[in-house]
Amino acid sequence: MFYRENGQFKTTYAADQQMLPIRQDRLFMLALVVLAFAVVPFIASDYMIRAILIPFLILALAALGLNLLTGYCGQVSLGHGAFMAVGAYAAYNIAIRVPGLSFLVVLVLAGLAAALVGMIFGIPSLRIKGLYLAVATLAAQFFFDWVFARVKWFTNYAPSGSVSVPNIDLFGLVLNTPQRKYLFVLAIVALFALLAKNLVRARVGRSWMAIRDMDVAAEVIGIRPMAAKLSAFAVSSFYCGVAGALWGFIHLGSWEPLAFSITLSLNLLFMIIIGGLGSILGSFFGAAFIVVLPILLNQAPTWLGIPMSTSMISHLEFMIFGALIIFFLIAEPHGLARLWAIGKEKLRLWPFPH
Amino acid sequence: MQHARRIGEPILTVEGVSLSFGGVRALQNVSFDVREHEIRAIIGPNGAGKSSMLNVINGVYHPQDGRITFAGKVRHQVDPHEAAERGIARTFQSLALFKGMSVLDNIMTGRNLKMRANLLLQALRIGPALREEIEHRAVVERIIDFLEIQAHRKTPVGRLPYGLQKRVDLARALALEPRVLLLDEPMAGMNLEEKQDMCRFILDVNDQFGTTIVLIEHDMSVVMDISDRVVVLDYGRKIADGTPDAVRADQAVIDAYLGVSH
Amino acid sequence: MLKRNWPVAALIALLVAGLVAPLATGASPAGFYVEVVLGGLMAGVLYSLVALGFVLIFKASGVFNFAQGAMVLFAALSVARMAEVMPWWLAALLAVAIMVALAWLIERLVLRPLVNQEAIALLMATLGVTYFLDGFGQTVWGSDIYEINLGIAKEPVMVLDRLFQGGILVNKEDFVAAVAAAALVAGLALFFQKTPTGRALRAVADDHQAAQSIGIPLNRIWVIVWSVAGVVALVAGVIWGAKLGVQFSISQVALKALPVVILGGFTSVPGAIVGGLIIGVGEKLAEVFLGPVLVKAFDLAGGGIENWFAYMLALLFLLVRPEGLFGEKHIDRV
Repeated sequence: MFYRENGQFKTTYAADQQMLPIRQDRLFMLALVVLAFAVVPFIASDYMIRAILIPFLILALAALGLNLLTGYCGQVSLGHGAFMAVGAYAAYNIAIRVPGLSFLVVLVLAGLAAALVGMIFGIPSLRIKGLYLAVATLAAQFFFDWVFARVKWFTNYAPSGSVSVPNIDLFGLVLNTPQRKYLFVLAIVALFALLAKNLVRARVGRSWMAIRDMDVAAEVIGIRPMAAKLSAFAVSSFYCGVAGALWGFIHLGSWEPLAFSITLSLNLLFMIIIGGLGSILGSFFGAAFIVVLPILLNQAPTWLGIPMSTSMISHLEFMIFGALIIFFLIAEPHGLARLWAIGKEKLRLWPFPH
Repeated sequence: MQHARRIGEPILTVEGVSLSFGGVRALQNVSFDVREHEIRAIIGPNGAGKSSMLNVINGVYHPQDGRITFAGKVRHQVDPHEAAERGIARTFQSLALFKGMSVLDNIMTGRNLKMRANLLLQALRIGPALREEIEHRAVVERIIDFLEIQAHRKTPVGRLPYGLQKRVDLARALALEPRVLLLDEPMAGMNLEEKQDMCRFILDVNDQFGTTIVLIEHDMSVVMDISDRVVVLDYGRKIADGTPDAVRADQAVIDAYLGVSH
Repeated sequence: MLKRNWPVAALIALLVAGLVAPLATGASPAGFYVEVVLGGLMAGVLYSLVALGFVLIFKASGVFNFAQGAMVLFAALSVARMAEVMPWWLAALLAVAIMVALAWLIERLVLRPLVNQEAIALLMATLGVTYFLDGFGQTVWGSDIYEINLGIAKEPVMVLDRLFQGGILVNKEDFVAAVAAAALVAGLALFFQKTPTGRALRAVADDHQAAQSIGIPLNRIWVIVWSVAGVVALVAGVIWGAKLGVQFSISQVALKALPVVILGGFTSVPGAIVGGLIIGVGEKLAEVFLGPVLVKAFDLAGGGIENWFAYMLALLFLLVRPEGLFGEKHIDRV
């Protein structure tokens, strides 16, 4: 009754091709934007912002990057933590060696560094696919784990191997409160989500999906596999690089080399599988799931009044996590995004059953 | 069926092509030519190497011997996307559609070669990128009208019945605006009505756009009706080459189809 | 194999060169070099055992079992803990039963519902199994470091001291492990070639549908395969646990075994052995001899080459010969 397209006819291709063709969707998105930008900073606690919202947004950005590569272009990557690391360390090195640069510039440069590295490690994708490619990306993961731990230049010769970031300066505005950090990250992530949505609707996005669905046929209609795959790696790594820089600078503040280990890479992969491969919205759902779940699992014993040691809680977390992944793969392989889409379909018909 | 057509010079020449996979000889020393604007059929019993021949022409397989001349350029082997850039498009026997995309998007991928805007403009969706999307959408809509699939443009292709999927495959190939169109069994699995529709489309494409057509087909009545010349393959060799009537009367062709050992 | 493939020949030449370089350049005494190589071979045997489990499952069901490492850990934990209250060989037998039960559960709850999905979904599912097993194993058996005592003396023995100056230190345990691994491989080879079940497994590996159409029960075969892989995991777990103690990090072993199957070929049993040995020796040589060179040249903070050497080697192989040394080439037909 509320969610119907009736009466919303389009008379130009431009109108038909817009991102949110249904008016109700546009209103919903507007409300969401107002809520996120204007309401949340005032009502959310500092803890909520620091521990939940900011990590959620940054991980959603990284998951979005991985989704572009794996969900839209079909290239499996188990090493995206490495590209986040490249972004973080690049941002750190640029920030301390070229003082006075606005953080926005630092972010873009960090992203470009990650994009370059991503393209290099994406070169094997021209010859190998699937599982074999996953192994190649793991090589990137372990190699960069080692590089950032051992090559002292990257940590500015810090004796402990860990880095601490300077204050974040944005054209004179210093990001020193959780609210300011939150709004900055929100703005970046919203912008990048918009750009990603545009990319997947454009020529390059279609070439990615064509390579994913049937690369021989894609080549036959003139899509160059190298251009498509390397552009996917480049854009995906750019997103992850920016996310990594944000993760290090805004969320962590200081970190050691293992902050971007394979655990992070696997978490990103889980996010896009649970959230939905090939879906921008799904990346957000998946990130929310992975961020909120450990917190829930941690607090649940206290809520339920069952005493449990922290190591037992962590073991249970592992078990429940593993079981949930299997459950999702069996029950809804297309992830939460598909559940959302099904929900909308039902809403279109409500209150009628069919 | 008689229709006025201006058949021109050979636009595609296959010379001495041989292709093997490991020990299997798929093609042996095959040579023939295709004239511009004509409809050329490739026929033969199963396993004769017809699909392999098309795959060699547009670069999916690389022959061990021989060469292909297309529009004046001679090549021993070519990459598929190069073939597409030079104006060869094809459909597949087993429908290589992009199952994750809608009909509209599938056909739009065929326009990829003609779209030029860079990555940043596409991300911002302004200026040349936006104009291109709308322009090429208009072209694709004309193809959709031509093949009468308007009602299905937003449907994911995986959900369409087989006959409609074949039309989408054809539409995607047409979106390249090719000079030569290779059709691999375009009427396989269709009933009589669908076959008549498909024949009509193929003839219209040849008529209105002047596209040269090379098609593999098993239905003899279709071959006799719409093709100008026919090549017959058997066990990877060419055994006949000429007009439909000449080929139909050829003893070697009759033997091949009847399974008479030779 | 090397006929027209000069990149492969170049790669192999590079490997051989790297192998003998420390000896040829006189950078180390011969005895020490042999010790390092032996140590590498031992590690390699362990990698091979884990990789063997991968190959078995991949051959028979096309699934890449990321959980193999977790299975090794779980098996080792079971034996270690049960051996506290009974002789170790009894614990091992019980552990076999546990692994078979585990195999049955995995086939029922994870593989069967996902049978029609693409490879990445199955891979993710085995990742889920990994997480679950890790957590479950530690919940049930505990998360300390445990010992497995096989009754073999732990002191190394000096051998060949007339051939090499100072002799070479060899561990009796390692020797027993190598023999056990060889026996296992021989047993598996016999199993596949001579028994009806083994033949059925090979049929399934070749073509699922054809095997089904001659009446081979696919589900039962998969339980058998995962059980065999479980037993292989058990052997690997016992050997590894006896040598290093049973601890959580063993499940990370799965990550080391991936390069092994890349080198050897995903579907080749001899490939898993050869690949494991090459990786084991290569890693050790790189860490001991290449590491210091790099540290000096680039002013690095410590070694740790072993963490990525195997993967870089695998990456090189992927670019030059993706099907591995013994694997089958995959041809896409349109």
